[in-house]
Amino acid sequence: MTPVVLAKSVLLGVPLWLFVSSLLTFKPAWLKHLVSIAAGVAVALAMVTLIPTGILSYMTTFILMASIYGVLSLGLNVQWGYTGLFNIGIAAFFAIGAFTSALVTTVKPTGFNASFTQQAFGLGLPFWVGLLAAGLMAGVLAWLIGKPTLRLRDDYLAIATIGIAELVRLVFQNERWLANGPQPLRGIPQPASCLAGNGCSWLPGFVNDFFAPLTPRDYPFVYVAIVALVLYVVYRVLERAIRSPWGRVLRAVREEEASAAMNGKDVAAFRMQSFVVGAVIMGIGGALYAHYVVAIDYGHFDPLYGTFLIWVMLMLGGSGNNRGAILGAFVVWGIWSGTSFVVDLLRPTLAAISPDLPSRGPYIRFFLISLLMLFIVLYRPMGILREEKVVSLDRDLA
Amino acid sequence: MRLRPGERFQRVIGSPIAMYVVLGLVLVALVIAAQVKGLSGNLLFSLFVRGVLLGGTLALGAVGVTLVFAVLKMANFAHGDLMTLGAYLGLIVVALLPKGAPLAPFSFGYEFLVAFLLVVPLVGLVAFGLDRVAFRPLRARRAQPIMFAMAALGLAFGIRSLVYIFWGADFTFYYSGRARPAVELFAGVRVRPDQLFILGLAVVLIVGVYLLLERTKIGKAMRATADNPDLARVSGIDTGRVILWTWLIGGGLAAAGGMLYGLDVQLRPEMGWWLLLPLFASVILGTIGNAYGAMAGAFVIGIVWQMSSAFINPAYGHGIAFLVMVLVLLVRPEGLFGKRR
Repeated sequence: MTPVVLAKSVLLGVPLWLFVSSLLTFKPAWLKHLVSIAAGVAVALAMVTLIPTGILSYMTTFILMASIYGVLSLGLNVQWGYTGLFNIGIAAFFAIGAFTSALVTTVKPTGFNASFTQQAFGLGLPFWVGLLAAGLMAGVLAWLIGKPTLRLRDDYLAIATIGIAELVRLVFQNERWLANGPQPLRGIPQPASCLAGNGCSWLPGFVNDFFAPLTPRDYPFVYVAIVALVLYVVYRVLERAIRSPWGRVLRAVREEEASAAMNGKDVAAFRMQSFVVGAVIMGIGGALYAHYVVAIDYGHFDPLYGTFLIWVMLMLGGSGNNRGAILGAFVVWGIWSGTSFVVDLLRPTLAAISPDLPSRGPYIRFFLISLLMLFIVLYRPMGILREEKVVSLDRDLA
Repeated sequence: MRLRPGERFQRVIGSPIAMYVVLGLVLVALVIAAQVKGLSGNLLFSLFVRGVLLGGTLALGAVGVTLVFAVLKMANFAHGDLMTLGAYLGLIVVALLPKGAPLAPFSFGYEFLVAFLLVVPLVGLVAFGLDRVAFRPLRARRAQPIMFAMAALGLAFGIRSLVYIFWGADFTFYYSGRARPAVELFAGVRVRPDQLFILGLAVVLIVGVYLLLERTKIGKAMRATADNPDLARVSGIDTGRVILWTWLIGGGLAAAGGMLYGLDVQLRPEMGWWLLLPLFASVILGTIGNAYGAMAGAFVIGIVWQMSSAFINPAYGHGIAFLVMVLVLLVRPEGLFGKRR
């Protein structure tokens, strides 16, 4: 067991630990976490030792991306799954979050570099400030768009969110001064990248020593732990919220608006709260994405990638079920990545049909995803995991 | 009835007359802004003319959206992509037919007209077929309205992916490389002859829809179904036939709109998605479910879209349509011709 294996296993153990602990239900909590940490690290150790390095890094980035989409899918679940708000402009909140965090954490380039990268400002603040700012901006945007549309019928909200997504994309495409216009905004810092580099000054020496064998190429192992933690926190907070009286009102608004109003609930306010909370989570998801890909431009927030894929995730996993939302993100991201292999394998066949076809592989995959969407809507609208019957009594508190 | 001042204010700004006043003020503001910016009246006027031309194409799409809304009570987010589909199916026909000389003064030859006549009914049938596959099962199980919208979204992205697969992501033209000179119409307003053809054809089709809705039995049945589906059914109206005709007309007009837009501007796989916002803006402005309202809305949106390009980056064109829509939603969500609840 070499030091590098140990270091990777500990990092990869984090998502596995959180996964196992969310499956276990026994008490006390400390014992549950002890068991799941042991299980997580053990599985991670087995994975790191047994699986070849290339496949292992592929799996790590897979878990990483699926977890980021899991955050976005959880955000949508608040809006659609629990409250029935039809937001088809996820890309707007995704993009606002990504660009906000990028602007907050980067430093505005000066001198020679300034002619290549223009941006309105660059605060150079730490990653977690970027996450919070991203959530804040996405929430403000949601409030602005929700104000005129949430009191109207659902279709209006849908078309208005399409509109805001297009508008946000247009702004980031055309305003060079804001975030480098059509060119990518580069150099978004990767949080704790020092852990896979020269060591972090803010960490005690033995931690740095432990992770010292990691090279910058191993950074996804560091980030997967961070993303998994964020996903877990969002998940836990939502589970808590949905079992609270607040969550009960949201579901009442979804099922029977009139009777919720009759019971003295301010329906409009609850719809707005749900819309804003969902958007905040989407914004955080956008920030997580930006810090992973390092360079972002408007093209990343296309309605296909930025909205449609997330809808398919939530619908497949199960609307109204937070575990379903995360499961859907993993399954659909699996299908999305898996079909990329299939299309690659079929390359010669495609080339035989038409020389243009191999380069259009992604669209074949999108076609399959849209068929999947239709299939879900027509044959399994409740998704894989049905909505759970939740009672407001939190199991952990009982 | 005593009204509180706030309510009275709401009533006043929400009345149709106030809406016309606002639209008029917007136009006046545009003219004044042009004076301040030193833009020539000529430029403004030719943008106005171009807006009318664009409005004709938009109207073809908007009528379909609003008819489907009226008869089937669903927002068809796939409508823009039906336009794309029509435009690209037209491209196949144009490419297959032997090339003839352009019908001077227009840039297109007989192939485009043949394609138009073939594709319009074809896309109507495709729209009906998609309804059979995707929407009818949902109606049968009385699914929530949102499920229809989801299915429509699935269809929209499905159609777009097919267009990407067969034609790639680049833009293209019906007649690549053919010159499309503009001629002076009057008073310095320059338009391409094609655009006059497009507007003419759009107006013919709009008049056709009007006659169909007002003078034929099926049109009457459609209006009755739109008004009150249950009453229509018990009065012996064949709802299935009404639905068939709704899709034939809606899909056919979408294809017509798409082909004409493609002839005027260019063909792009995203064109339908981008047109979706202006289409819905027109429909909402002209009151959802009101075919004539949608046409009027389309012309207003077309004109505002084009004229705004004198002042701001033209890339924001469909953003302007969106802003108009948000304004309408704020002030008078039931549109120009709707009744107050």
